[in-house]
Amino acid sequence: MNRTTRTWRVGAVAMAAGLALTACGSSDDGGGSGDSSSSGGGGSDCTEQNLAFLGALTGDAGALGVNMTNGIQLAVDEYNKDAECKVGLKKFDSQGSPDKAPALATQIVGDDTIIGLVGPGFSGESLATGKTFFEAGMPSVSPSATNVTITDQGWTTWHRVIGNDNAQGEADAKYLMDTVKAKKVYVVDDAQDYSVGLSTVVKDSLGSAVTGSDQIQVGQTDMSAVVTKVTAAKADAVFYGGYYTEAGLLVKQLRQAGWKGTFMSGDGSQDPAFVKVAGQAANGAVLSAPAAPAPADFAAKVKEATGNDAGLYTTQSYDAANIFLQAIKDGKTEPKDINDFIGSYDSEGVSGPISFDEKGDIKTSKIYAYEVKNGKMDVENPTAIE
Amino acid sequence: MGVVENLRQNAASSGAAARLREGGATAGRGVRTGLERMHDGWARLPRGARIALTVLLVILVYLLPLIRPPVITTQQIDFGGVMFGVAALALVAVGLNIVIGYAGLLDLGYVGFYAIGAYTTGVLTSLHASWPFFLALPVAVGVTMFSGLLLGWPTLRVRGDYLAIVTLGFGEIIRLAVTNLGWVGAARGIKDIPHPPNIGPDPEPPFGTGGLFNIPALQWDGLVPSLDTGRETPFLVFGAVSAVPYYWLVLSFLILILFADRLVKDSRVGRAWEATREDEDAAELMGVPTFRFKLLAFALGAAIGGLSGSLYASSQSGYINPQSFPLLLSILFVAAVFVGGAGSRWGAVVGGTLVAYLPERFREFADWRLLVFGLALMILPVYRPEGLVPARRTLRARAADKEIEHLEGRDEAPRQVV
Amino acid sequence: MNFSFLFNNIIELSITGLALGAIYALVALGYTMVYGVLQLINFAHSEVFMYGTFAVAWVFVLLHGTEPATQTLGGTAGLLVVAILAAMAMSALIALLLERVAYRPLLKRKAPRLMALISAIGASFALSELMGLRDRVAGWFGLREALGPYVANARDIYPNPVTIQPQTVFTIGGYGVKDVDLLVIVASLLMMLALDQFVRRTRFGRGIRAVAQDPESAALMGVNATRVIRGTFVLGGIMAGAAAAFYMLKVGSTRQNTGFIFGVKAFTAAVLGGIGNLRGALVGGLVLGVTENYGAAIFGSQWKDVVAFVLLVLILLVRPTGILGESLGKARA
Repeated sequence: MNRTTRTWRVGAVAMAAGLALTACGSSDDGGGSGDSSSSGGGGSDCTEQNLAFLGALTGDAGALGVNMTNGIQLAVDEYNKDAECKVGLKKFDSQGSPDKAPALATQIVGDDTIIGLVGPGFSGESLATGKTFFEAGMPSVSPSATNVTITDQGWTTWHRVIGNDNAQGEADAKYLMDTVKAKKVYVVDDAQDYSVGLSTVVKDSLGSAVTGSDQIQVGQTDMSAVVTKVTAAKADAVFYGGYYTEAGLLVKQLRQAGWKGTFMSGDGSQDPAFVKVAGQAANGAVLSAPAAPAPADFAAKVKEATGNDAGLYTTQSYDAANIFLQAIKDGKTEPKDINDFIGSYDSEGVSGPISFDEKGDIKTSKIYAYEVKNGKMDVENPTAIE
Repeated sequence: MGVVENLRQNAASSGAAARLREGGATAGRGVRTGLERMHDGWARLPRGARIALTVLLVILVYLLPLIRPPVITTQQIDFGGVMFGVAALALVAVGLNIVIGYAGLLDLGYVGFYAIGAYTTGVLTSLHASWPFFLALPVAVGVTMFSGLLLGWPTLRVRGDYLAIVTLGFGEIIRLAVTNLGWVGAARGIKDIPHPPNIGPDPEPPFGTGGLFNIPALQWDGLVPSLDTGRETPFLVFGAVSAVPYYWLVLSFLILILFADRLVKDSRVGRAWEATREDEDAAELMGVPTFRFKLLAFALGAAIGGLSGSLYASSQSGYINPQSFPLLLSILFVAAVFVGGAGSRWGAVVGGTLVAYLPERFREFADWRLLVFGLALMILPVYRPEGLVPARRTLRARAADKEIEHLEGRDEAPRQVV
Repeated sequence: MNFSFLFNNIIELSITGLALGAIYALVALGYTMVYGVLQLINFAHSEVFMYGTFAVAWVFVLLHGTEPATQTLGGTAGLLVVAILAAMAMSALIALLLERVAYRPLLKRKAPRLMALISAIGASFALSELMGLRDRVAGWFGLREALGPYVANARDIYPNPVTIQPQTVFTIGGYGVKDVDLLVIVASLLMMLALDQFVRRTRFGRGIRAVAQDPESAALMGVNATRVIRGTFVLGGIMAGAAAAFYMLKVGSTRQNTGFIFGVKAFTAAVLGGIGNLRGALVGGLVLGVTENYGAAIFGSQWKDVVAFVLLVLILLVRPTGILGESLGKARA
């Protein structure tokens, strides 16, 4: 329910901003203004400066993008409070689709007022637009794209403030072996980029404890063949690489068939909707994420600034935006200077210590395991997997 | 009923058409549309003026993303990128129009060919070899054409709606196969597909644009244009800064295909397709090897789909993955053909343009786009059953139909149609 | 390829496959009947099914509340009966609406046959999006708060709050057959039998067959074609509603795009058995459900759909009109 009201509000803000800009005959060069919720500039000596966000704001994963823009908006508001030259935020809604993102990327790189990008939101759109941003020299920091291969492309302008799937997969395997003490793990994924990456790492780390593996398809609702395979293999744990919808259906149908083992999945399933789909079958399931819950004081600030609750990736987005804002504070204006600044950035963020290796990956990241108890995901007390 | 059918076909495909068309125009009220009148006016112009106007129009279309006319320019998404999408979908629609419109084969799996073209290009230029783009392109087209033959050979013996579902299944098989086959990258897709070659110095990423010179775009303050130096297109660099060169490339292919389409349609082949579509048994009886012509239409359509897919693969992002080719895309392609008017070359262009452009123009209504699109598809068949730009043959046939009904004295008699 | 797994678990795979196949078959009936009468691929029939699944979930939310619970089939039987009836009513209503809005205007205007398919595709988009935007639509009427649990997270997956925990009824070959699967298979077969008898024995059924054979002659003989067509849509809707209820029983949640994916499968089932043929829909559905499960067992679940479509292509090549390729009109009384 929250999600829909949120989307409405964003729409209203965007529309109001669009109207305002038309009315005052903005000096913008004619690009990308319709979507901006606030424009940069301010004092008389200021040139307009904007951050851009690229990710899903509408569509099936729209809630995640709204979580992200809440964090960015908070960082920008805090910066603008005592800055002479204001910084604006322009939002570009890719609907999470790798097909929509490239044209938006061109729009972003064609807009001279945009000095940096927080995003792209997901791995697919990151891979689809990385080349564009790299070739156009647009520095970017993603709060949420975790696929391992993105930073293997040699795109020197691409960074992320979140641990990649390698770290998470290794941690998940460790959790299954040490905490769950599983002897026979069945690994299932949904053939998506993210899922295959994650489940492959899990399989490699588990080694001989893997008793079998299968692949389903996104949108598949009848899992009877997988269920038969898991029960026939007498697995005592299932690891699922994929997103919450199929994860919920899978655990539900496993329990319906009387399977009693431990169900574990990654951050793609770390969503309250997982519990909704699975119902009581979700109890005991373990979901990992490379993110700690938002600290209470931070969550309160987000609520105050945006009227929304902090959600998954809000802290990372806040930290990512702050890197650019710090660069502006230090007087960096050229893309190359900003990019160098990001490369040498080293500071404590809300989500943890932030600094990047030469590929653009965050140096230290912690993976947390969230357990579902009594029909609820226990977001307050995750176990850190060391 | 049978007699009427025959009469209609004869009227449509013989010399009697012209006479009947005149008669139909008077008898069937309102059949002469504004488009028809426009066409007649166009035909009366001297040849020189027609050529000059055409050239002017083509130049205008090429320059569209640089002129950035107010109102039609998309504000929230790169207009050049949108125009690339528009031209690419128009190209697909023209190809699919050969299959659906000319040969009357309902193909619900056209996205399969699009995917084959894209994947062939990706495999040859990036994943397993590093061919230059313009070498991979014809091979991709050839492979797709061959796959069209391969698929058509067994399936075109199946008629009508069965064909629709078989092709739909084929499109899904292709998508699922590339999702699951590691050799073509599986879910990871194919990255770093090289762009077409540049003219002039290559760009030096990440901070050098390259090209011989930069072409600025226009910006508009009301109706007053001025040069916008912040939005320059390096000539001629297929890079990240501007999507316009990709648009030019696709548009050029579109124009070439339109010429070729016209040649084929007006030839013996085109007439054979028409005969096959209207009555397969009768055509066979008259000595038309219908199977071979259907196969030809299928293969040609496939080749154009492959061409479009290949261009898509090497476009700005240089990245494809199986999710780029969902079943829904096939449905959109079919919708584009019918929105424009099945069997009409320009209809396909118009249909493809609208289906690709309108959703991007109205991004502010992002959530409502599909709903509105669905409603539009429901309304269109009621008010423009032949599409927005109906094939002239369809109009003639309709006129002839009315004429016959008039002669038989059963005007507007309700009849089982669907 | 894992044949030993298939053979070791063949009973389980067959029974779960048959249960899913029976649901395919019920939906396939709607495609097949409309096709038989109008020669039209009713592309939007998938949404008729989807609305039925929502009706089931809504009934449970209304009568049970949103609190998640787990129950046995017997423990929730009363609710279930209400839900099935509601799903049938909802699906029949949507089917009726479709006929009225998407097809009748085209019939009147003698639109080309393929244009009706476009209209159907449009209706499918519109219906599915309407469901996905139901929170906004409720907002127009100021009902968003009042309808909270029914319209929340409109684009997200929407679960039935009550999870049905299947119980073993009897055991064959080491596999305990579950009551849910048994119920779905038996009830589906009964419904199809009833429909078959209805079309063969009643006056209305004769009307359907007459219109399917030759609409013009049927009209001459005094058959009201409009009524017959409307009735056909409603019958298909009722079957889809039942299918929706069984689907929710097995899968337990739905979303606004459930129809599209499931509909393609059901349509495949209809074509597989011979479109326009009632018994063909049954055979097609069951064959499809079981083959999919076997295919998933042998090649891996990711090849499930590929197996289904390859089967379809192969059968159409050998028997170009489907397994039982007889049309609705030719069914003997």
